[in-house]
Amino acid sequence: MTDENSLVEKSRIMDSARMKRAVSRLASEIVEENHGAKELYIVGIRRRGVPLAERIVDKIESLEGVRPLYGIIDITLYRDDLSTVGANPVVNRTELNEDIDGKIIVLVDDVLYTGRTIRAAMDQLMDFGRPKKVQLAVLIDRGREHRELPIQADFVGKLVPTKQAEIIRVMLKEYDDIEAVGIFERP
Amino acid sequence: MEKPFRRRDLLGIRSLSAAEINGILDTAESFSEINAREIKKVPTLRGKTVINLFFENSTRTRTSFELAAKRLSADAVNISISSSSVSKGETLLDTALNLDAMQPDCIVVRHSSAGVPHQLAKVSKAAVVNAGDGANEHPTQALLDAMTIREHKKKIKGLNVAIVGDIIHSRVARSNIHLLTKLGAKVKVAGPGTLVPSDFQHLVEKDLEVCNHVEDAIRGADVVMILRIQRERQDSAYFPTLREYSIHYGLTNDRLNLAKKDAIVLHPGPMNRGIEIASDVADSSRSLILDQVKYGVTVRMAVLYLATGGATADRSDTNN
Repeated sequence: MTDENSLVEKSRIMDSARMKRAVSRLASEIVEENHGAKELYIVGIRRRGVPLAERIVDKIESLEGVRPLYGIIDITLYRDDLSTVGANPVVNRTELNEDIDGKIIVLVDDVLYTGRTIRAAMDQLMDFGRPKKVQLAVLIDRGREHRELPIQADFVGKLVPTKQAEIIRVMLKEYDDIEAVGIFERP
Repeated sequence: MEKPFRRRDLLGIRSLSAAEINGILDTAESFSEINAREIKKVPTLRGKTVINLFFENSTRTRTSFELAAKRLSADAVNISISSSSVSKGETLLDTALNLDAMQPDCIVVRHSSAGVPHQLAKVSKAAVVNAGDGANEHPTQALLDAMTIREHKKKIKGLNVAIVGDIIHSRVARSNIHLLTKLGAKVKVAGPGTLVPSDFQHLVEKDLEVCNHVEDAIRGADVVMILRIQRERQDSAYFPTLREYSIHYGLTNDRLNLAKKDAIVLHPGPMNRGIEIASDVADSSRSLILDQVKYGVTVRMAVLYLATGGATADRSDTNN
């Protein structure tokens, strides 16, 4: 595991105001694309997708006057690297309390990189039922060249082409001291 | 951060830290959602093999481990050895080496002798999980009891727990005493003098008290844990008759009323109605016996997940 404290920030991509605007825009695009909030089911991917999903849900409610369904997915049990990551990682709870059949699921994560997390999330969704559609919203897309699976985002806060050695950190007040997105490197 | 459970084997509660125990319980809590799904299966342990090696009869524990393995997509094989190779003269070590040669990832073992899982862990490349060894330990039972208590009381620290019955032969009692005192509960044990060692409080450093009367143990308790009277031991003269046992030590509503108003009742099963526990108590809303069975699957999923995980999990100390 990367020791997050030893990373050096190379550049700041977003401050809290820009993040807020990006989330608002994601929410409007989701509503526009799906003609309202009626069948929407916003699902945050643990960990940092969860606060982002909550913010999108709040924003959609203020735009449409309807609060979309909301859930949480923990992908740990569906990872494809469990036999190589060392001791098994901590599992947190998946909370999909409403039926997903026939719904438009919007998966929300902080960063889209290899696409493997999204694959795991989709596999898990299918164990819960048959959604009408699954879409993907991310705050940061690191660019297609890093993708290891044929997965793209439907809604992107900001496209940030990066090098593989670089690390993108989305910092949220729920987990970090500040609200910001930065590019980091190992010293 | 607390050090979570990172061992390869689960041999007993005694050698675990409070942080490791809490880590297993937290993991189990995350898993409980899976058992409520319509498709009760996740792909996590796909391709792993779990052998349930039972040298003693068991329905509940074996089924529970088997379901836990299957719900994690592992392949589970059940072997009951009471009447197979052992009776043909094979030693435990040879049985273990033979199974190991088939390259399982985890061996769940129950045996009537204490220490068998520990011996197995020394020779096997697979992770070893103790499903009960003699009168020593039954760690997953204590974990599922703890999970049941946690779900209903929201904590374990500071609770008063009474354990009543055949303490001396009970691995359930020993594992529970280790677990509960490590997590800060106070434990009182009681039962017939012949079945409760008088110096038993030395099993752990603190918070364990031996009571001479069942009533003293139950009074003020938050949790009353009743142990099974092993009827097969009845001719060993530990107590005169089952009827007498039930009169002096059985959990009746009158006795339970000595406990706190919101006290809960646990029993590891299979229970003898009308002997160690009155039927109306067993069927009352305070009895969480079926919750225990439910959480048994969840806890065992967590244990299998943690024990079989990854390439670098530590080999547990085998001197526990």
